[in-house]
This record gives sequence, structure tokens and C-alpha cells, in this order.
Amino acid sequence: MFFGASLSWNDILFMLSGAVTTIAITLASVAIGTSLGVLFGLARAGSPWWISWPIGGILDIFRSIPLLIQLVLFNSFNSMFRLHWPTYLVACLCLGIYAAAFCTEIVRSGVTAVPTTTRRAARSLGLTWFQEVVSITLPMATRIVFPSWIGLALGVMKDTALVLWIGIVELLRSSQIVTTRVQEPLLVLSIAGLIYFLMSFPIARLGAQLEKRWRIQ
Amino acid sequence: MIEIDNVHKHFGTLHVLKGVSLNVKKGEVLSMIGGSGSGKSTMLMCINGLEGIQKGSISVDGIDVHAKATDLNKLRRRIGIVFQQWNAFPHLTVLENVMLAPRKVLGKSKQEAEAIAVQQLGHVGLGEKLRAFPSRLSGGQQQRMAIARALAMSPDYMLFDEVTSALDPQLVGEVLDTLRMLSKEGMTMIVVTHEMRFAREVSDRVAFFCQGQIHELGTPEQIFDSPQKPETADFLRSVL
Amino acid sequence: MAYTFQWRPVLHSLPEMLWGALVTLEIAALAMAIGTVFAILLALAKRSGGKTLSALADIWIETARNTPALFQIYLIYFGLGSFGLRVDSYSALLLGITFNNAGYLAETFRGGFSAVPETQTRAARSLGLGQIRTMWHIVLPQMLRAVFHAMTNQMVWSILMTSLGVVVGLTSDLTGVTQQLNVVTYRTFEYFFVAACLYYLISKIFTISARLLASRLFRY
Repeated sequence: MFFGASLSWNDILFMLSGAVTTIAITLASVAIGTSLGVLFGLARAGSPWWISWPIGGILDIFRSIPLLIQLVLFNSFNSMFRLHWPTYLVACLCLGIYAAAFCTEIVRSGVTAVPTTTRRAARSLGLTWFQEVVSITLPMATRIVFPSWIGLALGVMKDTALVLWIGIVELLRSSQIVTTRVQEPLLVLSIAGLIYFLMSFPIARLGAQLEKRWRIQ
Repeated sequence: MIEIDNVHKHFGTLHVLKGVSLNVKKGEVLSMIGGSGSGKSTMLMCINGLEGIQKGSISVDGIDVHAKATDLNKLRRRIGIVFQQWNAFPHLTVLENVMLAPRKVLGKSKQEAEAIAVQQLGHVGLGEKLRAFPSRLSGGQQQRMAIARALAMSPDYMLFDEVTSALDPQLVGEVLDTLRMLSKEGMTMIVVTHEMRFAREVSDRVAFFCQGQIHELGTPEQIFDSPQKPETADFLRSVL
Repeated sequence: MAYTFQWRPVLHSLPEMLWGALVTLEIAALAMAIGTVFAILLALAKRSGGKTLSALADIWIETARNTPALFQIYLIYFGLGSFGLRVDSYSALLLGITFNNAGYLAETFRGGFSAVPETQTRAARSLGLGQIRTMWHIVLPQMLRAVFHAMTNQMVWSILMTSLGVVVGLTSDLTGVTQQLNVVTYRTFEYFFVAACLYYLISKIFTISARLLASRLFRY
């Protein structure tokens, strides 16, 4: 009769290293997504329709196709063109562009929520367009959209689980590997779930609290 | 006839009505005046059972409103009420707002209900707005629609709870005109109002509420020209 | 560029992929319908249930919202085995998405309840409408408008989430069919590109019809 080996400290460490991978990919993707998102968002908010609509339409494609399919396509690009990019880079780029598609709309909604009169007032003081955006619009918009941005970042964190499909060992994959050895899927998955929860829930709460506090003001 | 006998009402520790007794006869127009928080609006809610009472009794045409066995939905068909906030149903057109209760509560056919609604809406001067949604109407128009909605049930009694308080000043007149018209037609009405001139003009009797009690009750001439109690005189001085 | 595209075999297997798309829609729609029922129950439990019920609802909602959907599917596919339950990949995917939908929609419905002011109920009751009729004719239609947009979004999520079935070995939905073809032919890019187009079409057709429906339903 065979009993699964019991869960060891090494297994936990292995899963934690998976969690570190999850966090690393999340941070990189959110950084890429936010930079691109701010760029595209400003472009969408402040340009004529023949610039704004194409950007919106193209980014909408990324929101309407399963992330898993996007990962597979990105990965196949890599081998098709013999780019030899590391899988991590592919994962971060793919998730980053996916995040950018959402971040663009968040930034746009924030910028359009800043009253035109405020922006005009700043320009009337002699600020250039760039100075006005950096010192007036972006700080005000940041405050408005920060809670949604938190939501986006947490969404990306949860979506990193999909990169296991292209061979990266992150938290979920590492727990699956542990399961095949330990044969206690419920226990191991519960630990993985707890780690995800601990990474997500406190930040989600913080976001909700900030949203509440800023709405009152 | 509405008979109110020694009614007490508490909201938690707050004693809102402290033994109110009052009779309103068929065809009579009674105004309730008094400061805010004096209990007059609460009294109105108790008459059609939207609020419960702790002591005393209220009966409408001999039916005890707060008895367990009373079918409130049935009783409410005979008592129309119009609120300060007109509470239009935003997802229904003006016509549908008025047709809803005759169809669902009285079981009228679509044609019958529509005929009633068209007639009542014409009555309050909204004949042109039948297909509009309430969001397209002014506050005064929405309030007149709410009156038509209550009238469509052909109630025996109409209760009005500060129906002009939430309106812009220039819209108050059209709603008061509708109330005047109803009083001339002989509708039995209880009107909670802050419009003293209006109360004086249309009322058969006026009840002055103060701290959960009827402090003084009489004809408009008695109340407005020669109030007997100092509180009544003070209140009238403060609002006129 | 050394790569040569070959589209002919993909076009050949298009009917197969379209069947897969139907399975995808079926799973998404079922998960949405069942998820909605559970979401209403969860929202009611949080609103008026006792302490235990409300805590259980909280565990469901927070787990659904704070862990990856793929994790939830794994938990059902691998985890339920510990209770001696063998769950096939189709059921695991369906249950996983249902669980996820219910958690997110519960929060939507909680907002929807408070979107209809108490005064509306009061006005309806004063006309003699009973509790059920007031709910049906006055409260629900207004609630539907408040939650409609969030529900269409969730349905799109639901469609996209079905692609996760392939990770637990599902072969009948659009992604599953595509992967099967891919394993045989190694024309990864072509097959998945066509799959992507189909997903895009499904999402767009659904979103546009929902928008048309909304403009007919909510004219006020």
C-alpha cells in the first residue's frame, strides 16, 4: 500500500519560490502595462477621433480574446521568427500589453474626469501642455483612478497563473508539482489558495478603503 | 369617515405621536399645520398603515386599519396618498405609471385602465405627456402625475404629505391648483402643508400639531384669525 | 523570415472549431445562469442572513475574487478528488466558472439592491400593490438596469474563462479543439490565430446585441 509522502518544509519553500515568480511577473507586467496605458490613455483622451478610435479598437481586441490564446500566439511568434526570447520575457510582454489594454481605459476615464475648466485655468497661468499634464491633470486623475488601478494590478496577479501553460513554474504550477509528489491535492491547493489570498486580499481592502475615503472628500 | 382615537406612536425611544384624536367626515378638507417634527406627516402614514401604531386606534369607514385581520392592500385602494418626493416610477411612462395599479390591483383590462389613466391625466393637465418618461417631466408635472396615479384608483380619501415642499417656487402654483380643483369636486382630503394661505383658502377645518399632539383644532378663521393657544400664535407669527 | 503560413488545413477544420465555439457558448451561458442564481442567494445571505450564513457567503465571495479562476478550476478538478469525487474536466470548468461568476455577481447585486430607493416600495405599497407585485413591477425592473452592464461584462469574462478548460484536459470547447488540432499538426500560430478571431467575433456579437437589447429595454 502506498501513502503519499508527507508535505515537507522544502515543498513549502518551493511553493513560496513559485509565489516570488508570480510577484515578479506581476510587477514587470504591471509596470509595462501602466507605462503603455498612460501613454495610450493620454492619446485617447486628448486627440481627435481618427487617432483615438483606432487605438481604442486595437486595444479592445486584447480585451476580447482569452489571455491563454494570446500567450500561445505570442509564444509561437517567438519560435516562428526564431527570436529566442526567454519565456519570462514573452510572458511579461504578453501580460503587459494585456494590462495596457485595460489601463488605457482607466487612464482615459481619469483624464476626462478632470474638469476642462481646471485644465484651462492652468494653461492660462502660462503652463505648457506638458507642464499642465504633469502637474495638474495626472495628479488629479491618479487620485480618481487609483482604486481601479489597484483592481487591475490584482487582476494581473491572478492572471499570471496562466503562464504555466507556456512552461513557467509560478505559484499554481509549483503547487501542482508538489501535488504529484505528495498526493494531497486539497491540502496543497489550499495552501496555494491561501498564499494567493494573502497577496490579494489586503491590497484589495486597501483599495476599497481609499476609494471610500476619497469619495467622501 | 376617518376616526382617529388616542393614537400613540414611537420611533425607538422617540415618542412621535402622543394621543392624537380626530374625526374627518366624508367630503371634508382638513389641513394639518405645524413645525417640522410635530408629527403631522407621521400621522398621515399611520392612516393608511404605512407606519404602525403602538396605542389607540384608527378606523376608516369602520375598518380598523391596524387590526391584524385587515387586508391593508384592499384598504389602501380607498385611500390615495401623494408624497413630498413624488416617487414617480422611472422605468414606466406617464401613462403606465397611472395604469399600473388599476390593472394589477383592481384587475381592470388594459383598455379600461388606459381609459381611466387618460381621463385622470387629462384632469390634472397632463394629457399631452402620456408617452413621456417621468425623467422628461418637471417636478410639478411629476407631482401632478403622482396625484393622477392615486386618483386612478378612485379613492374615497386623499392624503397629501407636503406635496409642494420639494418643488421649485414657480412650480408650486400648478400643484396647488390641482388640489383646489379636487376640493371643489368634493373629495375628502387630509392635507399636510406649509402653505398657510392655501390651507386657509381650501380647508373646512385646520389642525395645529405641536410636539405630537393636536394643540388646536378649528375652522380656518378660528385658527388663523383668533388662535386660542400661545403656541399656535407663535407658530403662525413665525411662518406668515 | 523562414516561416511559411499554411492556412488551408485550418480552413478545412473550421467546422470542427465552430462546433467547439458552440460548446464554449454553452458552458459560458450555463455558468452565467447558474452563477446568477447563486449570486442572488449570496447577496441575500449577506443582506439578511444570520451570522453563519453571512460568513459562509463572505468566504465564497472573497475566495472567488481573490484567487485566480484557474486556481478555482484546479481546486474542483484535483481537490474534490480528496473527497472521493471524480470530476471530469467539463464539469470542473463549468463549476469553476459558475463559482467565479457567483462571487463577482454577488457584489454587483448587493449594489443593485441599494440602487432602488425605499421610497419606490413605499409609493407602490400605498397604491395597494402587494409585496410580490411591488418586487416584480417596481423594484426588479429598476434593479435590472442597475446591474445590466456589469452582467454583460461578466458574461464576456465567462466566455473568455472557458478557454481555461484546456489546462485540465477539456477537448470539446473552442480552445480544446484548437489544441487537439495543434498537437496533431504543429501549425500552432495558424490554428490559434483563427481561434482568436472566433473568440473576438463571439465577444463582439454578444456585446453589441447586449447593447441593442439595453437600448430597447431601458428607454427611460
